[in-house]
Amino acid sequence: MAVDKFLIEASHIMMFARSVGDSNPIYHDEEYAKSSELGGIIPPPTFAQSSAQFDPEYFLRPKVGGDGWFGSGKEATGSKPSSGSGGGGGAAMGLHAEQHFEYHLPVKAGDTLSATTKPGKAWEKESKRAGKLKFSESVTEYRNQNGELVITATGVGVQTERAVDS
Amino acid sequence: MLKENEINIGDTHTATLVEDLKRTQIVQYAGASGDYNPLHTDEIFTTQVAGYPSVFAHGMLSMGLTGTMLTDYVGDGALKKYGVRFTNQVWPGDTLKSTTTIVGIRDQDGERVVDLEVVTTNQNEVPVVTGNATAKIES
Repeated sequence: MAVDKFLIEASHIMMFARSVGDSNPIYHDEEYAKSSELGGIIPPPTFAQSSAQFDPEYFLRPKVGGDGWFGSGKEATGSKPSSGSGGGGGAAMGLHAEQHFEYHLPVKAGDTLSATTKPGKAWEKESKRAGKLKFSESVTEYRNQNGELVITATGVGVQTERAVDS
Repeated sequence: MLKENEINIGDTHTATLVEDLKRTQIVQYAGASGDYNPLHTDEIFTTQVAGYPSVFAHGMLSMGLTGTMLTDYVGDGALKKYGVRFTNQVWPGDTLKSTTTIVGIRDQDGERVVDLEVVTTNQNEVPVVTGNATAKIES
């Protein structure tokens, strides 16, 4: 993922905080936030994940017009898995295994971040619940408008051989 | 922010994150985060194509809900580090409870910090998120 401009906006922060069940006024009340030690609205700790909104190529968002989207419409899937592809067709897909954030400097509404991602380690493991698991790490560095590193986000994704047994 | 003279190793803080998780909250998270993976919001795709019993929450929704408990405890803007493993899926209807425990108090880059362990469990006491965090404290 490469994001040139990840605008840190108060309304986006408000919506994100609501979605994670957080009614803390530091995320939506400008007057409260201004009078606090932090001096303004800040994003919740996992907000950096929503930089996906600003990635023009993000693959888990339908393209304008909906072309190629794999969710249901008239049919249960928009893009048919090729037959005999192995690994259970549509069930072979990525899940999120781990996520780590390091906060180097404060981020506030009004900042503009950029993000660059590079691949990290990769490894494999056998599991009873989902067959062969292929793990891969990606490291995203977020910098602010002054070029300072503000957040390092390390994600670990896993490709499962089949749907995970619950 | 936590005050050093008011905390001890072994102190815990527990909160209920969500009761009877609604599909609509998962939709809310999809919209806010921008992650529209149909596994989280498209019941037809998820049951008929992907082979799961129902849609399930984004791991990052569980981490975000857990983060709310954490920042309520350590204060705004205090986190230095926050990381988790997603150990089990979270389904609509789940009720999640989260506990953080102080496991260390130390210096880091000229600041006083606490190290915390975090675990979020569902209504069957199964851990769904486990992890750790480091937060600034007032000395």
